[in-house]
Amino acid sequence: MSGKTKLPVGQEAIEKFGWLRAHRFLLLRRASQLLFLGLFLMGPWFGIWWVKGNLSGSLTFDILPLTDPFITIQSMVAGHWPELTALIGAIIVGVAYALIGGRVYCSWVCPINPVTDGAHWLHEKLGMPKGWQPKRGTRYWVLAMVLAVSALTGTIAWEFVNPISMLHRGLIFGMGFAWAFVLSVFVFDLFISRRGWCGHLCPVGAFYGLLGSKSVLRVSAPKRSECDDCMDCFAVCPEMHVIAPALRGQDGDTPLILSPDCTNCGRCIDVCAMDVFRFTHRFDDTPAPGRETRTRTQPASGASRAA
Amino acid sequence: MSASKPKAKSMDRRRFLQDSARGIAGCAVAGMGLSHLISDARALPAQALRPPGALEEDEFLAACIRCGLCVRDCPYDTLKLAELGEDGPATGTPFFTARDVPCEMCEDIPCVAACPTGALDKSLDNIDDAKMGVAVLIDEENCLNALGLRCDVCYRVCPVIDAAITLELAHNERSGHHAIFMPTVHADKCTGCGKCEKSCVLPGESAIKVLPMRIARAEAAEHYKLGWEDRNPLVDELIDLPDRLPGPGTDNLAAPGGFEPSFKLPGTEGAGQ
Repeated sequence: MSGKTKLPVGQEAIEKFGWLRAHRFLLLRRASQLLFLGLFLMGPWFGIWWVKGNLSGSLTFDILPLTDPFITIQSMVAGHWPELTALIGAIIVGVAYALIGGRVYCSWVCPINPVTDGAHWLHEKLGMPKGWQPKRGTRYWVLAMVLAVSALTGTIAWEFVNPISMLHRGLIFGMGFAWAFVLSVFVFDLFISRRGWCGHLCPVGAFYGLLGSKSVLRVSAPKRSECDDCMDCFAVCPEMHVIAPALRGQDGDTPLILSPDCTNCGRCIDVCAMDVFRFTHRFDDTPAPGRETRTRTQPASGASRAA
Repeated sequence: MSASKPKAKSMDRRRFLQDSARGIAGCAVAGMGLSHLISDARALPAQALRPPGALEEDEFLAACIRCGLCVRDCPYDTLKLAELGEDGPATGTPFFTARDVPCEMCEDIPCVAACPTGALDKSLDNIDDAKMGVAVLIDEENCLNALGLRCDVCYRVCPVIDAAITLELAHNERSGHHAIFMPTVHADKCTGCGKCEKSCVLPGESAIKVLPMRIARAEAAEHYKLGWEDRNPLVDELIDLPDRLPGPGTDNLAAPGGFEPSFKLPGTEGAGQ
């Protein structure tokens, strides 16, 4: 087996719905990432100062303060009580992500996402082995470590190495050698660990995941009974373990993807030729029958193992 | 199956302990690496000055979120965010280099107003109270004024002229009949804006430099008293020492016509007359 016997991921959906529809959330996501970067770049590039600052802290239309809640918490742990402006900004951002899904930050805003997506694309192209796959809890260990170091050193510890702010601030204020951190993440994801950074280590993602663990906006698999086991959703999902409980659930199980790890990227919706997935809210209790038990080759158990 | 159940449980416990140990060990190693990086990054170079109102460096790194809003609101593009590997201060934190662009000391202090976290302290409401650093005439051998010439540029550009920098007259020993107008910084008035350093006419480095307070300033010991400023005796009960006051009739100055003492001790009224 050369491994090339199956169709490329999403091929069936492209044939059935057309390329554009089978990439709509990917395109929207890239547009959103560009929008958030563009808003910050409009000032320094074109002198249109709608938004000042960067993802760590910003001021929009000279009135709306936004602050990264993770950085704010590190600052507090380090022993500084921020002024009201920063606190209000952190609360606005925190509440927004708590509602729409914390890791929406990861897939729709974070400038590192295109970098690691690019690394993953190349990883697949080169047929690299998946490499080191840290345990699921590793990112929470890293998160705890960052808070501990913040407390011990009395500094906002993660900002000394955070590739997200290095890249974002670098593009807006000047890069220096910060590109080296971005390149490290790319190389790490490409050669050392498939989807390693965003999927296993980044404490910012871990924080936002916890923040949005009860979020309202969710992906659901209401038509899971029609799943034909093409496995495309698992292949395209950056956090593939989140799919199985919803997709493979029985009649009584919720079809909602409730894992805090889900980034609400919507790629599973894109690539599914059977139109199984869609965005909905967490209180959606439309009945979603599970699949009939199949006698063929027990694909369900194989799939959950793959997940 | 029932026999293997307790075994599975002990395996769970074993695995839990193993995973925890790995997690803690990993965190310890990564955390030490990160802490080391941070301790390196904390060494602020002498010529990197923080914006007005900045907290002490230790507190500053707990407070500054590196958003760059102070940089954006600086009307003279004095401030910039440190770039990794190119500028000395911790990555992304605001600073300025006086020799490049000094602080213009805006009266409304827009950088402090812009800071959302209080890393630049809002209690600074008069820019003349800023303490970004203190100017030090660091190279008297090349300073033109110190050589007896009349450059005076640092003195002329000082926003707190005649208070932060004064020209102190001294006899020019070299020529024998000229004066030296020595630029003299008074640290309590100097804001550390760096205009003197920027304007020094010497090529290359400036003869007068703004240094951070932590480098430029020493501190008197707690028990020191400058007797000519503080007339209160050190001890409540005056110890009665033998009087050897200068003045007519005493032997320590050419008397009569000796100087009247500039101080008067209790119980010595008229002793110097």
